[in-house]
Amino acid sequence: MAGDLIVSAVLQTEGLEKHFGGIAAVNGISLAIEKGARHALIGPNGAGKTTVINLLTGVLKPSAGRILLEGHDITALESHKRVRRGLTRTFQINQLFLDLTPLETVGLAISERMGTGTQWWRLVGSKSAVTEEIVEILARFHLTDVMFERTGNLPYGKQRQLEIALAIACRPQVLLLDEPAAGVPDAERHEILATVAALPADVTVVLIEHDMDIVFSFADRISVLVNGALFVEGTPDEVARDARVKAVYLGESLNA
Amino acid sequence: MQSPLVEKVAHYLANRARWGALEYAFWLVALGSVFVCGGYWAEYSPLFANRHLILTEIAWLALFALSLDLILGYAGIISLGHAAFFGLGSYVAALLAKHAIVNEPVLALVVSGLAAAVLGFATSFLVLRGSDLTRLMVTLGIALIMREVANQISGITGGADGLQGVVIAPILGTFQFDIFGHVAYVYCLSVLFVLFLLARRIIYSPFGLSLRAVKGNALRSSLIGISVDARLVAVYTLAAFYAGVAGALLAQTTAFASLDVFSFERSADLLLVLIIGGTGYLYGGPIGAVIFKLVQDQLATIDPQYWQYWIGLLLVMMVLFGRIYGGILALAILIVSYWLHLSFFHCAIIVLTIGLGYKYIQQGIKLIDRRIARVLHRLRRWRWNATWQEI
Repeated sequence: MAGDLIVSAVLQTEGLEKHFGGIAAVNGISLAIEKGARHALIGPNGAGKTTVINLLTGVLKPSAGRILLEGHDITALESHKRVRRGLTRTFQINQLFLDLTPLETVGLAISERMGTGTQWWRLVGSKSAVTEEIVEILARFHLTDVMFERTGNLPYGKQRQLEIALAIACRPQVLLLDEPAAGVPDAERHEILATVAALPADVTVVLIEHDMDIVFSFADRISVLVNGALFVEGTPDEVARDARVKAVYLGESLNA
Repeated sequence: MQSPLVEKVAHYLANRARWGALEYAFWLVALGSVFVCGGYWAEYSPLFANRHLILTEIAWLALFALSLDLILGYAGIISLGHAAFFGLGSYVAALLAKHAIVNEPVLALVVSGLAAAVLGFATSFLVLRGSDLTRLMVTLGIALIMREVANQISGITGGADGLQGVVIAPILGTFQFDIFGHVAYVYCLSVLFVLFLLARRIIYSPFGLSLRAVKGNALRSSLIGISVDARLVAVYTLAAFYAGVAGALLAQTTAFASLDVFSFERSADLLLVLIIGGTGYLYGGPIGAVIFKLVQDQLATIDPQYWQYWIGLLLVMMVLFGRIYGGILALAILIVSYWLHLSFFHCAIIVLTIGLGYKYIQQGIKLIDRRIARVLHRLRRWRWNATWQEI
């Protein structure tokens, strides 16, 4: 099984497991995510979706199994090195730098990517390439009007936009979005979703989402997780027609 | 081809590290103190004259506090054992001078700082582990270990008697230390200023910004590609260098080093200095050092036996009611108790009453704050109108 590489898969897991004490949060998941895919991870609460993202990005160490990024084993790699190889994520609950401005926040990610983040002798803002890219990204995420403000003072919708902008500033090849529209009021929701839909086509996107309308309009491939295991995987049509998924997942949410 | 928005951002970033008027004022006052507080104009300013000895202490304490601010205020690493680096720098400087290994003080200063930086680098890997409480204990432990090591190797350090017979050569081969502390003060202030400029440069660099990011959210920092551990090691090592230099300044200006350079009180006082001065804006250390030393000096004159009581009271009041109002309250209690010849028992009752009335005093403070804000607002508007009418 190991070493059996699928060339087109940009991100792949082999028998990924994570145990918390006696509980198996992720129990032997093998995923293969195609390059440029729009891949959704769905499943009922506690199915292990966020744990999978945490394992993929190195926030948690797997109990067993391997993670491959473009065929290279990254299982033991630290988070920041995975980011440099083009794998990054957003968080379900905002993880931002509340005391910095959006300008500084995005600038940080860009200068890290360019490898100038450790320069201590140069003042921030003395590289015009960074400045131009900051403005370009902030404009794309409708953040230029608040770019000089403290992030902690921004309205939630803006913080949510920054959450995605920050990941995009890392120029990922694979972007993992953990419920990008979570907690956003309906009025601002479509703005976030438009940003997600407008992500560059060559960026592979893995999306966790509870809203089935979003999932089925966005994804070209869906993996259903139940109790930490891969339950069904297929195209949106296949998943929608699958009786077992209806019973376990959709049925459950209908009853709720 | 630049869009106006890019230009606006570039302009904003270019102004980010610009010196403010208050910063110029601070260093001008520091420069002025060299002349005003010396022995030269004693007849014109008897209040300030001949204060260079205490100012020397303030200068190295400011540098020491700046060192702690670098890790506490910018990287969020709390330490109760910063004296480990201070003490090592102190002993290295004293030993270098005593055995005539490095005679020139400035060079010896750099060597001492580097020695402390090596210790900082080595111990930073212990400090990386764990939470704030773990860090407090680990840093405290390291300082205790350093003290006992210095106690043990008395053949080198002089043990509990301290390192006697240190003779410091003239600075740059020209300026000999004098007993009034004139040269010492100019020397310490210059070192403080140079290292402050360096710290300021670092804080406004991409590296400095990434430190603030790590302090704010280490998890997200690592997920935008920042190697969190490496940054913390780097700033901890830098802070150790600063602390080592501060310790070396003490050893050079007093021509002595003893075990108390490693003492727990020194690390704890340092935190007190930063609590008084504030963290995360670089001036907290220098301002805190000035206030701490002057208050300590004045209190020791007023109440030689129990002055620490008042330092403790000041700390409690500042934490409860903020720096300014806490300071005013502590001062008020001091004045009232001396005026009425109150005993400790009476003072304790006053303090307890303040504690019980905490809520009401807070409300009173808010009321005063609002009044002041309104007055300031009117003042600003009035000025603006005046200039506007002139135009």
